[in-house]
Amino acid sequence: MDERKGCVVSGTYTHAPGFYAGDRPRIVTSRFEYADSHTIERYLATDGYKGLRASLARPAADVHEEVKNATVLGRGGAGFPAGTKWGLMPAGSFPRYLVVNGDESEPGTYKDRLLMERDPHQLIEGCLIACYAAGLTRCFLYIRGEMVTAQERVAAALNEAYAAGYVGRNILGSSFSVDIVLHWGAGAYVVGEETALIESLEGNRGMPRLKPPYFPAAIGLYGQPTIVNNVETLANLPWLARNGAEAYTAIGTQTSPGTRMVAVSGHVKRPGVYEIVNGTTTFRDLLYGDEFCQGIRNGNKLKAFVPGGGSAPWFLPDQLDLPFEASQVGPAGSMLGSGAIMVMDETTDIPHAALTLTRFYAHESCGKCTPCREGGTWLERILTRIVEGDGTDADLEQLVEVGKSICPGDFPHAASERLGLAAVPFPYKMTTICFVGPSAYAPVNSALTLFPEEFAARVTRRNRIPVTAVAGE
Amino acid sequence: MSRLTDANVAIANEIVARYPRPKSALIPLLHISQEQNGWVTDDAMKHIAELVGVTPAEVLGTASFYEMFKFEPVGKYVINICGTMSCALMGAEELLHHAEHRLGIKVGGTTPDGLFTIEHAECQAACTEAPCLQVNYRYRFRMTPSQLDALIDDLAAGNLAEEIPPHGTLARVRQHIPADRAVGAAPPETPGQEPVWMNGKAAL
Ligand SMILES: Cc1cc2nc3c(=O)[nH]c(=O)nc-3n(C[C@H](O)[C@H](O)[C@H](O)COP(=O)(O)O)c2cc1C
Ligand code: SF4
Ligand code: FES
Repeated sequence: MDERKGCVVSGTYTHAPGFYAGDRPRIVTSRFEYADSHTIERYLATDGYKGLRASLARPAADVHEEVKNATVLGRGGAGFPAGTKWGLMPAGSFPRYLVVNGDESEPGTYKDRLLMERDPHQLIEGCLIACYAAGLTRCFLYIRGEMVTAQERVAAALNEAYAAGYVGRNILGSSFSVDIVLHWGAGAYVVGEETALIESLEGNRGMPRLKPPYFPAAIGLYGQPTIVNNVETLANLPWLARNGAEAYTAIGTQTSPGTRMVAVSGHVKRPGVYEIVNGTTTFRDLLYGDEFCQGIRNGNKLKAFVPGGGSAPWFLPDQLDLPFEASQVGPAGSMLGSGAIMVMDETTDIPHAALTLTRFYAHESCGKCTPCREGGTWLERILTRIVEGDGTDADLEQLVEVGKSICPGDFPHAASERLGLAAVPFPYKMTTICFVGPSAYAPVNSALTLFPEEFAARVTRRNRIPVTAVAGE
Repeated sequence: MSRLTDANVAIANEIVARYPRPKSALIPLLHISQEQNGWVTDDAMKHIAELVGVTPAEVLGTASFYEMFKFEPVGKYVINICGTMSCALMGAEELLHHAEHRLGIKVGGTTPDGLFTIEHAECQAACTEAPCLQVNYRYRFRMTPSQLDALIDDLAAGNLAEEIPPHGTLARVRQHIPADRAVGAAPPETPGQEPVWMNGKAAL
């Protein structure tokens, strides 16, 4: 039997999720094909913990420098380089903490759960390298509450790693000591926001803090300097520590080196999670390429796609040739976010599709800021009315008005040749503490701006009903 | 009734000790109580308050923020059907309606025999396997209405008892930090003290 084909994880998981195909560089998914990829035996047999050993043989500052030179962009959404972030902590302030963000719940995003289920030791090794390089004295690994298999696999891996001397006191007999504590949440999207994650880890309601002053690197967990990094960001470190920054930056582009995990879902022939070369792979490659999604289902036409998770403004077929590169996607009116592409074919009901996202953000508002708490709910209700055929022209104006109360000024959107529209570049202005409020409006704005006719069709139906009819006539 | 059992108190104390401040253990402890009772009872919250040294109101304040904690009994099997975009594009709403029809309850409701609760869930990080659902947080991917029927039959017949424990039980593998390996609150946790390995030399 080919031991590399049996990756059944959590229930009836029998499909090809995408990562076998093609001959691309594999930085974080190299072990995924092994059925036992989560065990310490497999990990050690495939270069496991060699990056840690190599790092401990160098001064911590050198390891930090290496990560800086590699420009490992944060994979959680904001794309801030990890090495630079570690350098933002005030000197001499200890203890310092590492909080691993495994709360993956942005609509469309599916990669961190795989990294935790399939290769938990890689994540643990990444955490250790980060703690060593940045002088972090304790690590809290926060996994989303609903991810039972990930929790079990990471717990088992931590137990193995403690027993084998890779985690805990005097790691590998060195002067480096750190505990990694597994923690999990209980269901709240907004907890993925880094300051909310810290609140939650302190045992509080997961509500974001104001930045400034609460930048985690300065005032984080228990008021101490704290680094929050995404699971995929940290999973890159073992490979980087083994192969060096030069090898890392040889993949991808100068501004976006290495690879990225991208989940493509919706109306494609072969939805899946793919590790792609950063910066050069285009959306067309991904949606139509042979080694990726192989085109739209049933030979249908592409209508629109969300390029970077539910919060991202939508793209049209016009934008297919853009590469996975923030410096090009931003000016085109959207963002790369968390590496999540959701594809809509020509049969998609656009207002309804927008509603499934707006409802999400309205539901997940923590309630701290009025424009988000009230505005999100308003957007959801008005949009529901329109989708159900009960909307009026005034409702369309009201949607925009509510949107402006959350994001004053022009909201980013893609260019459309069909409508003669130019792009409005990222970012936007906002009246809220975090991005949940604006994210409730993003799908509404994309749908309204790029497909106005679908809304017009929805409200005229209603307008034909004579509103002045007198009872009894 | 339903304070934590002695065995669970021992687990709770082990967890509390891992954090610099005990309140951090609130969510893990609430999960343990929900595993014990199927939902979070008032007595359990009072007990947890004692264990971490906060007021019961603070425990409720935190607990009520999070979707997974239930403050009244729910079905033995809670079926969370994802309704966010990727799943919606692939037929999640039909699946949800089918579940309501089949079980004769509305979203949020529980069957009279106490076996099933259905919920409309949000993105479950399995978007490429849409439409998907979780039963007590165990996944089922690319579900059709007939597969859902079969799943409900299997659950009712007890065929999946091993894979899917009753509501409240999450991970069945727990982290255990051996005392001789733990760093704990010893240095480098001492305020202001730089960790020894930051001395400009290699640690190995
Ligand atoms: C509403 C909201 C939700 C977020 N959810 C996540 C998440 O689930 N996982 C994640 O890694 N980052 C998430 N982020 C980004 C984090 O705030 C943070 O930027 C990130 O974890 C930093 O890690 P990185 O620099 O390694 O990317 C979210 C941000 C916002 C505003
Ligand atoms: S924007 Fe929404 S989710 Fe974010 S802090 Fe404000 S109310 Fe909470
Ligand atoms: S949208 Fe259903 S799992 Fe992501």
